Amino acid sequence: MGNIFELIGGVFLVFGSISLLIAAIGLYRMPDFYNRIQIGTKASTFGVLLTIIGIAFLFPGWIPKLLAMLLFVLFTNPISSHVIARAAYFTKVPLSDKTKVDKLQEVSEGHLKKVKTKE
Amino acid sequence: MDSSILIYTAVAISLVSVLVALIRFVKGPEKVDRIVAIDVISIIGITMILLLATLFKREIYIDVAIVYAILGFIGAIVISRFLKRGL
Repeated sequence: MGNIFELIGGVFLVFGSISLLIAAIGLYRMPDFYNRIQIGTKASTFGVLLTIIGIAFLFPGWIPKLLAMLLFVLFTNPISSHVIARAAYFTKVPLSDKTKVDKLQEVSEGHLKKVKTKE
Repeated sequence: MDSSILIYTAVAISLVSVLVALIRFVKGPEKVDRIVAIDVISIIGITMILLLATLFKREIYIDVAIVYAILGFIGAIVISRFLKRGL
């Protein structure tokens, strides 16, 4: 019975690290900064999640600490990605040539006009 | 015994992905690309610390992983705020 759990946990660990490998390959191959940050954050969060589930199968006694770790990674990873993307957009990192819709540009230009008219 | 082979495989795949992400860190045309690459590398490092905890069967290593996650998060936020408006 314990052997089956070990096998399931090991398979989860391997799939988690394959997801991390997908994140790294996407980071290398994507054409644009914004595509890169998208795949980097999503796939690496998924990899950490799968790894933690696998460890919970292997060692059921460690579940409270693993749960704290999982919640922390799940909350802070999108926040850091959001802050980095925002800094990149406002320091004018160029978008890819295939980009068609840029809603933030309209919004931020309107905001800048408002600030200028107030001054 | 059966699962240790799978754990070693997972460690090997994570090492390869660190190398692939390091290419982007060296090549990246913008500063922000390097920040993202170092963020992904630190997440892979967290995963590898967790895998080491399962290999050595030590629960205390998970605390090290939590501290490393906190430090990586704070570092990414501080550097991006510095880029946006200066210190």
